[in-house]
Amino acid sequence: MELSAILLQVLNGLDKGSAYALIALGLTLIFGTLGVVNFAHGALFMIGAFCSVTLQRLLSISTVTLDETKTDFLGNPAKITTPYVETWFGPEVGSAIIDWSVPLAILFAIPIMLFIGFAMERGLIKHFYKRPHADQILVTFGLAIVLQEVIKYFFGANQIPAPAPDAFIGSFDFGELIGMGAGTLMYPYWRIVYFLFALIIIAAVFCFLQFTTFGMVVRAGMADRETVGLLGINIDKRFTIMFGIAAAVAGLAGVMYTPINPPNYTIGMDFLVISFVVVVVGGMGSLGGAVLAGFILGILESFASMRQVIELIPGINQVVIYLAAIVILLARPRGLLGRKGVMES
Amino acid sequence: MAAALEVRGVNKRFGGLQALDDVNLTVEEGRIHAIIGPNGAGKSTLLNCFVGRLKPDSGTVMFHGQSLLGILPYQVNQAGVSRVFQTPEIFGDLTVLENVMIPALAHRDGIFEMNAMKPLRRETDIRKEAVDVLEDIGLQDKLDMTASSMSRGDKRRLEMAMGLVQKPKLLLLDEPTAGMSRADTNNTIEVLKHISDTRSITMIIIEHDMHVVFTLADRISVLAQGHVIVEDEPENIKGNIKVQEAYLGGAH
Amino acid sequence: MFGLSRGDAVLWLFVLLLVLAAPILLNPFPESSALAQFNAGYPDLMQRFLIFGIFAVGFNILFGLTGYLSFGHAAFLGAGSYAGVWMLKLLTINVLPAIIISTLVAGLFSLLIGYISLRRSGIYFSILTLAFAQMSFALAASVLTPITGGETGLQTALNDPRIFDAANTTGNIPAPSLFGMTMGDSHQVAVGDWLWTFNVGYYLCAFVMMIAFYIAIRIFRSPFGMMLKAIKSNNERLSYTGINPRPYTLAAFVISGMYAGLAGGLMVAMDPLAGAERMQWTASGEVVLMTILGGVGTLIGPVFGAGLIKYFENIFSKINESLLQTWFSFLPDGVSDFVVTVIYPFVGKGWHLTLGLVFMLVVIFLPGGLVGGINGLYKRIFNKSNQAN
Ligand SMILES: Nc1ncnc2c1ncn2[C@@H]1O[C@H](COP(=O)(O)OP(=O)(O)OP(=O)(O)O)[C@@H](O)[C@H]1O
Ligand SMILES: [Mg+2]
Repeated sequence: MELSAILLQVLNGLDKGSAYALIALGLTLIFGTLGVVNFAHGALFMIGAFCSVTLQRLLSISTVTLDETKTDFLGNPAKITTPYVETWFGPEVGSAIIDWSVPLAILFAIPIMLFIGFAMERGLIKHFYKRPHADQILVTFGLAIVLQEVIKYFFGANQIPAPAPDAFIGSFDFGELIGMGAGTLMYPYWRIVYFLFALIIIAAVFCFLQFTTFGMVVRAGMADRETVGLLGINIDKRFTIMFGIAAAVAGLAGVMYTPINPPNYTIGMDFLVISFVVVVVGGMGSLGGAVLAGFILGILESFASMRQVIELIPGINQVVIYLAAIVILLARPRGLLGRKGVMES
Repeated sequence: MAAALEVRGVNKRFGGLQALDDVNLTVEEGRIHAIIGPNGAGKSTLLNCFVGRLKPDSGTVMFHGQSLLGILPYQVNQAGVSRVFQTPEIFGDLTVLENVMIPALAHRDGIFEMNAMKPLRRETDIRKEAVDVLEDIGLQDKLDMTASSMSRGDKRRLEMAMGLVQKPKLLLLDEPTAGMSRADTNNTIEVLKHISDTRSITMIIIEHDMHVVFTLADRISVLAQGHVIVEDEPENIKGNIKVQEAYLGGAH
Repeated sequence: MFGLSRGDAVLWLFVLLLVLAAPILLNPFPESSALAQFNAGYPDLMQRFLIFGIFAVGFNILFGLTGYLSFGHAAFLGAGSYAGVWMLKLLTINVLPAIIISTLVAGLFSLLIGYISLRRSGIYFSILTLAFAQMSFALAASVLTPITGGETGLQTALNDPRIFDAANTTGNIPAPSLFGMTMGDSHQVAVGDWLWTFNVGYYLCAFVMMIAFYIAIRIFRSPFGMMLKAIKSNNERLSYTGINPRPYTLAAFVISGMYAGLAGGLMVAMDPLAGAERMQWTASGEVVLMTILGGVGTLIGPVFGAGLIKYFENIFSKINESLLQTWFSFLPDGVSDFVVTVIYPFVGKGWHLTLGLVFMLVVIFLPGGLVGGINGLYKRIFNKSNQAN
């Protein structure tokens, strides 16, 4: 197998791995801080993706004018649609704004996701801290279905494209960069963006937890909630904020994923199951484990989809994540970086 | 008299802490042997080494000539060693009667029995054994109560019943009267004394309540910082300077 | 009676009565009334009530008693289905061998998966079972196509060997039957405006379900069942009590796997077709939801949970806009339009929305599921009146 082919698979695995890692990170934050198994987390990813779609649609709202000088093939005056943003900001800036709607959706999505996160935690999750995990699973699963159906009601069941800005269309030639010859290792620009974006978010979350007082208290709370509560620190309020942050992380992962995979209402569920596997393989409650497992499984998955590998072991591309999960869990009882006694009974 | 339990040179470290330091202990058959010592002396850790919860770093633990090290907790129990834990360990969702029937069944049927089609109601013998023990211990009015809803003292008594119903050769009791009222403590003393007299069960009892210790114990070991500093008859322990130092030292 | 206590015998007889009379009870609305849409008394749906009831009752033996939450039980239902279709193809169109072999094959399969998965507990166990089931699903849909029929699924064909049946290579593909009684045969009785359908297949399901339910009661009330409850309550204590919990959990796992296989076998006995999607995680999730919705650890809860979810899936999904309009046509125009607009998102293609809301409402307001919740309410009212006395 050629080196360039192997490198390509690593690169291919990175963007899916990034998505897994971001979702798993949020899941672990919620589990670690609140002790809640959140089956609605995939739905948050999906809502993020639809923030992209919504913003793109909002920006494209247009006025229609008739241009008498041109006619369409029926002889009627041609309709000219001009998006409001172009009317407001001028055609150049306006079309650039529309072109950049996906990255702009980050700004649009953050307040929305934070709000949804706060509302979810205060309105529903809060009441389930002391309930059995089975109840948490059922209620958040019910919520996931509801969110999914609401999105389906407004956006339909089909995938809706939300493309990347024109500047990022096309591929970067890694082959030329590392001297293996032009065209041997082409990698789409947007996927590079996605990977870097994921790294930034992950780094931001870790720094936030590591270097702020807020993060320190939360980490202490993750380790031993009761003691921190005894110190008279209002841990609940911080945990609410953590839930909002986890929701925002999942949402942003969804926002930026739309150019890679046009979203439809089921995208959240598709990611949820694998993200759970990722969280557990990483070790329940371990943030680093979640990120590590996300990338490992993402890369493994893309390796297993190589033609040569499939010819060698038929069907491996379908099962590799699960196979890896089984092997890892049997070899390491608590996943890659898990702690003893978390969620074992 | 033959030794029921022979402990030789047991060491256990937790990181930087030497929890057990060359512990030697001989418990004679049919006797009640008390282990006392300040908090954190390593008493519970020692019992953990007997029942397969912890594996000592070195040393031997022989029970009637059979090593208790390297075997699983249920094998230790099947060999005739029952344990009552320091914090009550019961089946909280089950009734008091069921809590006692489970160890009784384990004693009769062994580690596994595929009796999925046999009605529990028909286990009249097991039920009677359980009820008898619960009567001895004074819980006969609470047979159908859910175990988790009992008081702490009652939970301890329930756990003692769970141990006694197995007619163990060796019963390990970790602070059996902690959290009990004076009356319940006296009742517990009575029960243990009665059982020791009639059934000649060997017992190891860890206690902070000196009244209990001196009423029951035939022999006492004092553990401090993981080491047995004195082992003697009860009357000799009372005035022992080393023991007082150990307790005072432990209070700092 | 048959080793059941009086209370359990009453429960069993009550369920028997419900099941026998279901073709009548589930068709309460006259055929010509607008509400006939809500009738569930047709064979296809009633069979599914019972089949999923069996699946959930078995699942509850594992999850309800031991607390081990498997996310992969659909794999056993799927394995049972495949085994069943193969028996119908190879041996005979008589469903009896198919049902028996389905159960056994699923039992063996669950022994293998359970043996490995039970090396871990808690969520780690759940993910192991999920992983095994997803692998089974993926392999059944792709690499194992010669055995499973791949994405089209496995079905009976005219030129199947059927070595125990008389040669038959002309005419129609034979329909599954039990000693000559065809599963699809029905006897219809019309009383006034009501139409009742008594179906052979349904009563076979009923017979099997009542046996399965009986066995479940016996397991719940046995020393074995008590050990399983003890595992859920305090697994570690059990081993200090002289019990090895592992074989108990494995036995429970295999028993519940066999129930799943039995359900799969009955499914193909009713409709000789098996597809890979039966093994998918959504199917495993469904049985979890049925059990929790009905009441984890209760005897009858899972049956209700299964019935409720299947009822929603079939009845709510069929309500369309024009049907809604006819129902509310008695209202003034504007009002009826408004009502239809409000209700429409919750039915038809949107029935999932209602299902999601029901899940949430049940968990929020009835912890312990329908049966647990009703018991709780009953006790609360009962205790209050006691205090008042
Ligand atoms: N599993 C463990 N890991 C680390 N340290 C432990 C562990 N178990 C016990 N220790 C430590 O070992 C020491 C002895 O503990 P142990 O519970 O045996 O004391 P004890 O004599 O039973 O005290 P008490 O009277 O309070 O019950 C303590 O300092 C305790 O913190
Ligand atoms: Mg102790």
